[in-house]
Amino acid sequence: MYEFEFEKPSTVAEAVAALADEDAQALGGGQTLIPTLKQRLAMPSKLVSLSSIPQLKELSDNGGMLTIGGAVTHAEVAAAAADSYPALADLASHIGDPAVRNRGTIGGSLANNDPAACYPAAALGSGATIVTSTREITADDYFRGLFETALNEGEIITAVRFPVPEKANYQKFLQPASRFALVGVFVAKYAAGVRVAVTGASEEGVFRWHEAEAALDTSFAPDALDGLSVDAGGMIGDMHGTKEYRAHLVGVMTKRAVAAAG
Amino acid sequence: MPKDNGIGASPKRREDVRFLTGAGNYTDDINVNGQAHVHFLRADVAHAAINSIDTSAAETMPGVVKIFTGADFAEVGGIPCGWGVTDRHGNPQQEPRHPIIAHDTIRHVGEIVAAVVADTLEQARDAAEAIELSLSDKPAVVSMGAALAEDATKVHEDLTSNLCYDWVFGNPDDDAVQAAFDSAAHVTTLELVNNRLVANPMEPRVAIGDYSRATDEHTLYTTSQNPHVIRLLMCAFVLGLPEHKVRVIAPDVGGGFGSKIFHYAEEAFCTFAAKACGRAVKWTSTRAEAFISDAHGRDHVTKIELALDADNNFTALRTNTMANMGAYLSTFSTSVPSYLHGTLMAGNYKTPIVQVNVKTVFTNTVPVDAYRGAGRPEATFQLERVIDKAARELGADPIALRRQNFITEFPYETPVALTYDTGDYVATMDKLEQVADVAGFAARRAESEKNGKLRGFGINCYIEACGIAPSNIVGMLGARAGLYDAATVRVNATGSISVMVGAHSHGQGHETSFPQVVADMIGIDESMVDIVHGDTGRVPFGMGTYGSRSIAVCGSAMVRATEKIINKAKKIAAHLMEASDADIELKDGQFTVAGTDKSVAWGDVCLTAYVPHNYPLEELEPGLEETAFYDPANFTYPAGAYACEVEVDPDTGKVSIERFSAADDFGNIINPMIVDGQVHGGLGQGIGQALLENAAYDEDGQLLSASFMDYAMPRADDVPFYQVDHSCQTPCTHNPLGVKGCGEAGAIGSPPAVVNAVIDALQSGGKDVTHIDMPLSPARVWAAMNG
Repeated sequence: MYEFEFEKPSTVAEAVAALADEDAQALGGGQTLIPTLKQRLAMPSKLVSLSSIPQLKELSDNGGMLTIGGAVTHAEVAAAAADSYPALADLASHIGDPAVRNRGTIGGSLANNDPAACYPAAALGSGATIVTSTREITADDYFRGLFETALNEGEIITAVRFPVPEKANYQKFLQPASRFALVGVFVAKYAAGVRVAVTGASEEGVFRWHEAEAALDTSFAPDALDGLSVDAGGMIGDMHGTKEYRAHLVGVMTKRAVAAAG
Repeated sequence: MPKDNGIGASPKRREDVRFLTGAGNYTDDINVNGQAHVHFLRADVAHAAINSIDTSAAETMPGVVKIFTGADFAEVGGIPCGWGVTDRHGNPQQEPRHPIIAHDTIRHVGEIVAAVVADTLEQARDAAEAIELSLSDKPAVVSMGAALAEDATKVHEDLTSNLCYDWVFGNPDDDAVQAAFDSAAHVTTLELVNNRLVANPMEPRVAIGDYSRATDEHTLYTTSQNPHVIRLLMCAFVLGLPEHKVRVIAPDVGGGFGSKIFHYAEEAFCTFAAKACGRAVKWTSTRAEAFISDAHGRDHVTKIELALDADNNFTALRTNTMANMGAYLSTFSTSVPSYLHGTLMAGNYKTPIVQVNVKTVFTNTVPVDAYRGAGRPEATFQLERVIDKAARELGADPIALRRQNFITEFPYETPVALTYDTGDYVATMDKLEQVADVAGFAARRAESEKNGKLRGFGINCYIEACGIAPSNIVGMLGARAGLYDAATVRVNATGSISVMVGAHSHGQGHETSFPQVVADMIGIDESMVDIVHGDTGRVPFGMGTYGSRSIAVCGSAMVRATEKIINKAKKIAAHLMEASDADIELKDGQFTVAGTDKSVAWGDVCLTAYVPHNYPLEELEPGLEETAFYDPANFTYPAGAYACEVEVDPDTGKVSIERFSAADDFGNIINPMIVDGQVHGGLGQGIGQALLENAAYDEDGQLLSASFMDYAMPRADDVPFYQVDHSCQTPCTHNPLGVKGCGEAGAIGSPPAVVNAVIDALQSGGKDVTHIDMPLSPARVWAAMNG
């Protein structure tokens, strides 16, 4: 890696100040950023670690609203949400491997917005609110395409608020090599309606499958999805699966998620 | 009763204590005082002319010691190819120069273009970024078919074409072979790809060159399976150094699978640069470099045809294969698709006519060479796939069809040059049917179908030629090296033993199994015997570890040397007991005089050899140390039968392996636990090839799967608990231990079983799928199911 300055602030305000420098880069758990640096694919002037800010490590369950600090690790979410939001806990417990889950953070994952990451599906599928150092952003407004989000330069995810659904499930079909989601579908049933969020599949990143949501609003059962499919046109095609295959898997994984949500 | 020591026992691997507790001494653990670090600037395009390389800015960067380009190596040799194949017309293979650093042309992504030696690795990397390259891109030659087209761009301008050789083996008479096909009752044809693989041992390659101005001696520390071979190739062909001035040390090596057999440019570079820089020079490959600089494996495209008579007897077999060599000829590259592949095309069957046609092809890709099995998996895969396809076309039971065509009498001379000394393919198939519970399959399939899954059962047989061997035969076939091995047994004065062996252990467990043999022969505790390996300064000579040869060839040398020790020790014992050496018996570490109660212990004899106060000095030299070189009379022929059971998810195409059973005949076995482990590892790699692994290039010659993000390695949850049986044992008839070798069997025998099982599953679900090319990824299986 190239040389860089390193700061480890203890408050959000200090972190925001540290990030004001040109080419400064926030460091969450480093599970994407550190390998990128090692390969010399990024050259930040300064890394600002978010791992020692107590506020970002907070986790609260406020009767139907789960709030997770931006620096909470996947392993911590898997443990803390097991009772309150089991589908989210299950998703967190299957990200990467134990090393990744004990370092990687929810804020880091959402800020990076890898098109094959799991958390974007949970956030969008839950209609979560992304709380930042300056504002609150709804998940529907937050995700803007591959590795693109509504975050401004130097804006830090301080917490994510998940409304807990009546039922939910996440089904991930693994890309055989990376074990990221080749296609992952998060289905959540709320009083206000069903949300279906798909990761891994689209050239535009995580997206909501509105047709499926409408069908499941009418009947929350796998066969409600019969005959529905996403357009293969916008899907990712690569050595691990064609556009058509990914489009097909979206249907299969959505049905499985509905069945598993019960 | 299982034995608790000696040959046939399963003591735990003594080397694992250091490996599992972090006490191993790998090449990267070695740091030489004052060492500098090299970073290789590697090509990021597949084919280009080098107009100029400007290193002037880079040379002024902090810490830079020296920057090397191809021009610095103009006076040294290229990397040699160790096997010269003669083509169907009697012409030698086309053999391009293989430079240490690209000189005027870049021929594959990953080729070294410049080397920066600096005080630290980061400084070397910084300076490499300041090197200015002026390149003129040329069209990349990637697919073998395109490479052989009339107007194809040439990978090497000075060769006549991209064809390395066009080789025929077996019956060369095209008309006679065609006549056999014309008169056949049935012909089955199959076109298939044997996918390109990256070996990916856990430890990437490392090389450290060191040079002593005081003694003019070079030391190379390297991750090698055969340090003596590296010394020979590097000294004699590349750098022109006398061998007695060069020591090559391969300490603990974290897996090789073939990829660490070969002499690589980085080894010669570090040796050369250490003298040029006056400092030791160290290189540790990153994983990213390994993907584009370690020799790849497999990469064959084949059409195979099998002719059968009206009674389903195999009457003729014909294959046409294109095999990728990559951009240059790696050490054993040309032998793999020829003599390690064509000679195995008879398989376990008495097919009277076999013709093997192979075209080897240069492309702008990483060189391709031996990978676990090396040619034999490619032979086995196509043969066992075409037999399975024939069985389906004929409505025959695939097991019965194989049994009907088995070779049953030994020795058996195949139509492709080999003479199988021994085997019992009926016995291994009987054992397989039992271990795999063939009878219970229908019930298991019904259960899977209840769960919405398609279940398939696939079998295959395999035979391999191991213990490569014998030197005079391989010499006639084009090998440019002898293929014996050597061992020195050094008995110390108090009776402990060091055995210097030419084989290198990098996962095979030699440090445990080799002492079992020596201890058993003498009747002493295994703890009194250690082996020494991996150092040309300590081991007299050796040809190294590959081709499942270590116990069969080096183990035989060790037995011969131990026999010499015992013979001499008996003479000493006879002297001590005032008896004739013909009457001396050795058992449980005691020398006795037959028919008397006289005895003398092993330790006393050893002490006498080194403290020869009462000793026949006029007849016998003091000391107790013997060396033997062993050149085998024939290959060994491990063989067996494998069965795979899969479930296929019809919704996603995902294959899961539910059962995998192996019945192997490895002849006599030294350590059954280690053999189990060797088979397990081989099966894991074979399953990896069948379901997961794929080194895929795009049309520009960029490796698409150049990291573990895209190159899928098999993981623990991709493989089942194996049923492994090696109780069928027909001992090798021509080596002293009756052993055959077991390292590659799993990787050779498993891919066809997996694919046969998936095809069986799909057909059971009414899908008209007769073949899918490996790897059988979910996407490929789903696409095949959905036409």
